Amino acid sequence: MITADNWTPDQPIVALHDVHKSFGENEVLKGIDLEVMKGEVICIIGPSGSGKSTLIRTINGLTPVTRGSVKVEGQEVHDPDLDKLALRRKVGIVFQQYNLFPHKTVLQNVMMAPVLVLRENKDEVRERARSLLAKVQLNGKEEAYPAELSGGQQQRVAIARSLCMRPDVMLFDEVTAALDPETVKEVLVAIKQLAGEGMTCVLVTHEMGFAREISDRVYFTDAGRIVESGPPAQIFETPKDPRTQEFLSKVL
Amino acid sequence: MLDIIAPFFERLYETTGLNFSPFYDPYDWNRLLRGMWVSVELIIAIIALSLVIGVIGAGAQTSRIRAVRWLVAAYIEIFRNTPPIVQLLFFYFGLGAITPQVDMGGWYEPMIGSFGWAVIAIGIFGGSYNVEIFRSGVEAVPGTTVEAAEALGFTNFQIFVYVTLPLAFRFCLPALTNNIISLAKTSSLAYVIAVPEITYSLSGIWSDSVNVPEMMVLLFVYYIVLVAIIARLMSSLERRLALPGYGQ
Ligand SMILES: Nc1ncnc2c1ncn2[C@@H]1O[C@H](COP(=O)(O)OP(=O)(O)O)[C@@H](O)[C@H]1O
Ligand SMILES: [Mg+2]
Repeated sequence: MITADNWTPDQPIVALHDVHKSFGENEVLKGIDLEVMKGEVICIIGPSGSGKSTLIRTINGLTPVTRGSVKVEGQEVHDPDLDKLALRRKVGIVFQQYNLFPHKTVLQNVMMAPVLVLRENKDEVRERARSLLAKVQLNGKEEAYPAELSGGQQQRVAIARSLCMRPDVMLFDEVTAALDPETVKEVLVAIKQLAGEGMTCVLVTHEMGFAREISDRVYFTDAGRIVESGPPAQIFETPKDPRTQEFLSKVL
Repeated sequence: MLDIIAPFFERLYETTGLNFSPFYDPYDWNRLLRGMWVSVELIIAIIALSLVIGVIGAGAQTSRIRAVRWLVAAYIEIFRNTPPIVQLLFFYFGLGAITPQVDMGGWYEPMIGSFGWAVIAIGIFGGSYNVEIFRSGVEAVPGTTVEAAEALGFTNFQIFVYVTLPLAFRFCLPALTNNIISLAKTSSLAYVIAVPEITYSLSGIWSDSVNVPEMMVLLFVYYIVLVAIIARLMSSLERRLALPGYGQ
């Protein structure tokens, strides 16, 4: 049994076991098992409504589970005694709609959490925020407000904002789904760079080409279950399950 | 100031009979200034109290304790659905009669005077509207924005202070401006419990000098100018807090 006390980096950094989630009568997750090793990039694909967002949100405790276990670095996420703050500094999430703070500048958006939540030194955080913004190609936009930026730019701010907390795991929930086609690429480039640096990433995505290129493993979900998983080449070229075959024939 | 305008208004009185006594008579001039000053103080105090009540009430409305939510709802119903003048009289004569007196060294004064009761009564009246105004602002804050703060590890209190409140305030500013202007006008009700604000001061002048129409004109002008100033202040606040590019 892996717990927070005996967790070591060679064990799964994220581990879901038999996770069930119901919204009222509607069972959305019907027993999910999933493990992610440190530095791995995994993609979750599947039809809309199959529970992908719900699944990814259980990992940082935004959606409480009905049954089963979700562990991050050996720590049970849904333990009532959990230190939520400790979990949230470990796990960053980027949403489909960016969800930036509209009343704060780009730089303030990125700096806010480390300053307020981690109580870090403001000057140090500012340095880090600036270099993260530079990394996602947003130099010169520090003083802009979110609504003055394009969707792709806002999404890169959201990525920098998450990274400024120095998380161990990053979750991405269809982060390019709301973007114009021409700005999708700039966001994917930023994620790819991050993955290349060894960040552990869990992505829900509809960009099949990207999933194939970037992931170590792909999970296909349908109706609240993981239908099959494996290396991208296997899932995309020789899917075993008829549901995977049908889904891929529609999207590819 | 009075020295400059006094000759003109004295002539005006002599030639036309229009008696703007505060503009040449130093005693009435002082009554006018004092009335304006008390009126402004009263309005500021009323608005401040109504804002505090609005924020606390809107927070209490989201309480997990049902009795608290029920109390806020009852408060809103009672104070929005009864006339403010009845509320004012209730506070002043109803509660005023049972509040303790303070020993002032020989004589006794009520702990809360007529000014205090006017602030409390009209502030509570205005607060009942502000609770609803702030609540609508809070409801306009996207749940997804709050969720992003939650995911970054903000505590509920930090989310309220740094995300919900600043956005809700911006969203409800137009409605808030209306209520603040309405409260500034309602402050004149304090006249009925003899708070020496402008309406009361001018009524003192017109009963001495029998110049009701002239003083009425003055009263109208005072409120028109006052409301114009408040509207200007609020619209410049709105411009300063505007979110660049938002909602376009
Ligand atoms: N907060 C919620 N309350 C009730 N039902 C929800 C909630 N979130 C998601 N669902 C339901 O769960 C199902 C799966 O949703 P979701 O996880 O968003 O799927 P996906 O991301 O794969 O499109 C949907 O039927 C959706 O209506
Ligand atoms: Mg989704």
